Amino acid sequence: MKQKFHIITSTCVPLPLENVDTDQIIPARFLKATDKKGFGDNLFRDWRYDKQGNKIESFVLNDPTYGGQVLVAGKNFGSGSSREHAAWAIADYGFRVVVSSFFADIHKNNELNNFVLPVVVSESFLVELFESIYADPKMEVEVNLPAQTITNKATGRVEHFEINAYKKDCLVNGLDDIDYLLSNKEKIEAFEANRK
Amino acid sequence: MANTLFDKIWDAHVVTEIKEGPTQLYIDRLYCHEVTSPQAFEGMRARGLKPLRPERIYCMPDHNTPTHDQDKPIEDPVSKKQVDTLAKNAADFGLTHYGMMDPRNGIIHVVGPERGLTLPGMTIVCGDSHTSTHGAVGSVAFGIGTSEVEMVMASQCILQAKPKTMRIRMEGTLGKGVTAKDVALYIMSKVTTSGATGYFIEYAGSTIRSLTMEGRLTLCNLSIEMGARGGMIAPDETTFAYLKGRENAPCGEEWEKAVSYWKTLKSDEDAVFDKELLFDAADIEPMVTYGTNPGMGMGITNHIPTAEGMSEVEKSSFDKAMNYMGFEAGETLLGKKIDYVFLGSCTNGRIEDFRAFASMVKGRKKADHVIAWLVPGSWMVDAQIREEGLDKVLEEAGFQLRQPGCSACLAMNDDKIPAGKYAVSTSNRNFEGRQGPGARTILAGPLVAAVAAITGEITDPRTLL
Repeated sequence: MKQKFHIITSTCVPLPLENVDTDQIIPARFLKATDKKGFGDNLFRDWRYDKQGNKIESFVLNDPTYGGQVLVAGKNFGSGSSREHAAWAIADYGFRVVVSSFFADIHKNNELNNFVLPVVVSESFLVELFESIYADPKMEVEVNLPAQTITNKATGRVEHFEINAYKKDCLVNGLDDIDYLLSNKEKIEAFEANRK
Repeated sequence: MANTLFDKIWDAHVVTEIKEGPTQLYIDRLYCHEVTSPQAFEGMRARGLKPLRPERIYCMPDHNTPTHDQDKPIEDPVSKKQVDTLAKNAADFGLTHYGMMDPRNGIIHVVGPERGLTLPGMTIVCGDSHTSTHGAVGSVAFGIGTSEVEMVMASQCILQAKPKTMRIRMEGTLGKGVTAKDVALYIMSKVTTSGATGYFIEYAGSTIRSLTMEGRLTLCNLSIEMGARGGMIAPDETTFAYLKGRENAPCGEEWEKAVSYWKTLKSDEDAVFDKELLFDAADIEPMVTYGTNPGMGMGITNHIPTAEGMSEVEKSSFDKAMNYMGFEAGETLLGKKIDYVFLGSCTNGRIEDFRAFASMVKGRKKADHVIAWLVPGSWMVDAQIREEGLDKVLEEAGFQLRQPGCSACLAMNDDKIPAGKYAVSTSNRNFEGRQGPGARTILAGPLVAAVAAITGEITDPRTLL
């Protein structure tokens, strides 16, 4: 899962819906695995397939017009359940970036912990990006993590996005939080000794 | 400097601050259930790690457990594997495990407080968004992902950005037939499902003070449905009376010492919150939801709003919800025929919820066409129901108790609402497909659920009180 993240230039998959909750990203009945593999097959399962398991052609993931490593969604993406399976499904499907004007807290952390970059943009940037994608599905965005910028290459509009320096460093270097925590065990023991 | 309750507990658990990064926070209690822990244990094995503080970690299956015949092996082989895997992982890593049929088993967020494992002043995490429940006793409790579960197993710490603080005050007396669930659904309908994202909530004010411990647990449970990292209530005499004598609560001299510390756990008079909201208890009536997120709620006598004034993206989300639910904008839900009733979950699966439900159905009969699932939150709740004779009241009215677990709240076991059917549910989420593919969920409190089960339709419980 660990991978380094620098600059990604890609076409986008548009999902202009608000409050996309993690039950939609991956329904509970697919949470029974004891490993992290294969969740991408069931990403947005109930929007993607009908009850008989046939593809719902109108859903964006089944529409060959759209593709790429960047998912663009309406505000409050990833609300609800804390299930990290949602982030695993997004990563396993092949997305490296999710763009929205607002993310739910737990899901945002889950994405970061799986080397998927949540990019928070302004509402107007998001609206314009949807318009650009629908006008030309082949248009690309450039997501530059070191510079913390996202560029709508159709319009040239550039926006800065926030990420804390520590997490940025983790993503750029392919390190995770456990690597960090294991390196400062003395501090944990000192804290415990100090509270007694 | 004046501090909030949240700041006091958070600050007391800071191991270190990472420059331009998150806080390394010490965790007193990690709860693990079978769904969000297996990959964390696998990660520990892959790195060759053992839990740093195994005595701080408690495991129990709840999501997959069937609500009948728990003494027999689970029929669904995939569910069985997940439940068995938790038992094996707990044994391999030397962790406490309350397995199925253990009298201490139940939904993790019901069991923690009732066993005195959840105590004021603690930091508590679990790979489950409803971990916010535990804040009701005055702890900082929040849901985390599986990578973070692994982090806490490995180091008893989590890396976390400090959230902002929000105080939600409610003053006044709740009307007849209005429960803690209605309070929560009301606040959510005002704040929306993202309105508290980035914040940790403290609930305060006379209405909150007057809630029982069970009511407070219900309210804090639903904090996440506003996007909040967690919700908490300062511990008081109600809290102490609830905890005293519980299995893992301190006793004797230790108890006295603990209580005198717990009494310091409140926001200072002049503490400043990043956001403050004030509500009036008198404005709240029994609530129901009409849409596909918990913020889409309204007073039971109100009408579903219309899409007027909504942006294009908002409108398409609203229309999608109405289409899914089979409702029309502007209509009332009173008199709508319903098919299923679910009483239970970490939101409303406690003894008080069963008392409320039983008081409403006593001497009445369940509507023939309604299928009702009554699922106690734990074996301890089940035992209390029987001790109080509520099981008899329920039986006479045509209801049967099932065995404890998360059940139809998220339908990971066999308790699934069929496609297109309406369920009045005391659980926490009305998302599309949450209670089974195509299931239509109307969230409500235990009284609304009880009257719906009796009349077979959405009914104002105040008309039967």
